[in-house]
Amino acid sequence: MALSQEARARLERDAALIIGRYPVSRSALLPLLHLMQAEEGYLTEDAIDFCAAQLGLTKAEVTAVASFYTMYKHHPVGDYHVGVCTNSLCGVMGGDAILADLHEHLGVGDDETTTDGKVSLEHLECNAACDYAPVVMVNWEFFDNMTPQSARDLVDGLRSGAEDVVPTRGAPRLCTWKQASRILAGFPDGQAAEGNTAGGPSLAGLRVAKEQGWTPDPPEIENGKAAGNGKATK
Amino acid sequence: MTTVLTPELTAFWDEPDSFTIAAYKRHGGYQALSKALAMQPDDVVQTMKDSVLRGRGGAGFPTGLKWGFIPKGGEKPHYLVVNADESEPGACKDMPTLLNNPQALIEGIVIACYAIDAHRAFIYVRGEVLHVIRRVHFAVAEAYEAGYLGTDILGSGFDLEVIVHAGAGAYICGEETALLDSLEGYRGQPRLKPPFPAVAGLYASPTVVNNVESIATVPYILDRGAADFAAYGTERSKGFGIFSLSGHVTQPGQYEAPLGTTLRELLELAGGIRSGHRLKFWTPGGSSTPLFTDEHLDVPLDYESVAAAGSMLGTRSVQLFDETTCVVRVVLRWIKFYEHESCGKCTPCREGSWWVVQLLEQLERGEGSAADLDKLLDICSNITGRSFCALGDSIEAPVKSSIRYFKDEYLEHQRLGGCPFDPAASTLFAMESA
Repeated sequence: MALSQEARARLERDAALIIGRYPVSRSALLPLLHLMQAEEGYLTEDAIDFCAAQLGLTKAEVTAVASFYTMYKHHPVGDYHVGVCTNSLCGVMGGDAILADLHEHLGVGDDETTTDGKVSLEHLECNAACDYAPVVMVNWEFFDNMTPQSARDLVDGLRSGAEDVVPTRGAPRLCTWKQASRILAGFPDGQAAEGNTAGGPSLAGLRVAKEQGWTPDPPEIENGKAAGNGKATK
Repeated sequence: MTTVLTPELTAFWDEPDSFTIAAYKRHGGYQALSKALAMQPDDVVQTMKDSVLRGRGGAGFPTGLKWGFIPKGGEKPHYLVVNADESEPGACKDMPTLLNNPQALIEGIVIACYAIDAHRAFIYVRGEVLHVIRRVHFAVAEAYEAGYLGTDILGSGFDLEVIVHAGAGAYICGEETALLDSLEGYRGQPRLKPPFPAVAGLYASPTVVNNVESIATVPYILDRGAADFAAYGTERSKGFGIFSLSGHVTQPGQYEAPLGTTLRELLELAGGIRSGHRLKFWTPGGSSTPLFTDEHLDVPLDYESVAAAGSMLGTRSVQLFDETTCVVRVVLRWIKFYEHESCGKCTPCREGSWWVVQLLEQLERGEGSAADLDKLLDICSNITGRSFCALGDSIEAPVKSSIRYFKDEYLEHQRLGGCPFDPAASTLFAMESA
């Protein structure tokens, strides 16, 4: 699908803003590729062409970069990209069971999309939320401590409009894949101040410290030497 | 109880507006910046050297020393690049820090840039964390509005611009030179060192690359003083840091504590291993650090003690596995990760990771033999140290340590013709329905 004249003009304005952030224009390539995914959902030949033209690169140079990073897609994906972490810890904690269950429930393989175009399913590597394992991401928002049943409910919700689907830690209004890609290109959507972000595990140590009355005051320095572990600060 | 937690970075995450500049200032934020701007830049670097803060991104290189390597003068601009590409399996401290206290990072950035004479800083955040990226943009915008970023910061004449840059999914970009290539718009592949980034980093200019937690700790050190920070921890591993507990533990999560705290102490605070089970093996610092077992509960978690016991402190990413877990399954999955994330630049890592996966798959299916274990160790020793970066070395860590402690378990797969473990028993939902 070729870019319309209107789209091209609009994207050129966005691209100029992105390129303007950097002292060297080529640094804008990753955000520009995110921008093109925000427009078309995946990296079409037009998208590659567009990025190359903005930065004075060849299509081969742009493709070499686009093919290196897993977040760039080279075929259409659904409105909601569901990623299940199956790195060792999440996999053991239930990620493997969740992924297998979703494959069956949705009738799609890895990196495939449901026929209604709503949901893509993919296994993920570690997403830096191990204390909330097993973790599922939808358009890169955190859904924590999932089970096969809660994951099934989640994708059913996504297929029926996604209005009631709220991340465990994230923005209350779930973005579509294209909207999320625009944020990645550096155009935030104004939801930063919303949403609950410190679940139980994030606060685990703080809660224990408060219960014990361990105030964050500095420790005394003993004879100018390090006090070492076990130094009571109360 | 002699163990103490030291919630500093995590001190007010339980307040609903903890991510705002207002909350940060309520808790003493930006006092350090005023102090730093009244000092000579070299004195700021010296304070960091005196604190002996060691990089919190895994390698543990002293932060002040790194800053001190930036050459004086010269025609090229200096840069600070914050490594927020947290993706080491087990590591989950930087993302909640950015979600809940991003201003500590921003204040640290301004101080660091003042110290190294940089007027442009980049925050390279991994792409797969949408709300974290929103929060970082929000924090930068708030800091500009409050006059902590931009021109003539707090009337000091010091100017600084901060750019938020989202990655696109590649573990290797956590390696500092791969990160720089990625930030320059290339495939994220490590560079040969030297030259080190301090001499030829971003755009071949003098560059400091620091982890989120390292920079977020800078305001504390400037505010309270190097001696205060260095009073925590052990003789050679100073200060405090976030320990991230995950897996088969009653209360997983973030525990900020002095370096040198032991797993036994942390587990006591976290309610122990999940009910009815016992610790089998764990990583002190993520999947790239050799496994420990229940023999290592009393190893002080500082750089020297962990190394002396045969592993690495890494990112203090403590992944805990109980006796329901198959070690072969866990190690295989980690190596599949390295196979997937190997950037392909160096042959030993690119090819070796595939060979190791093949052998481990055979062993998991019960089709391996004792000779395969020797072959695994041989391949691993031919990967380690033979590539540009440490990703390949990370393959050896779990393989070698798991064979060392659980050789019989590998061979048990062969005897039984398959895995002796029930994967359902190790899930979170098994825990809840039990």
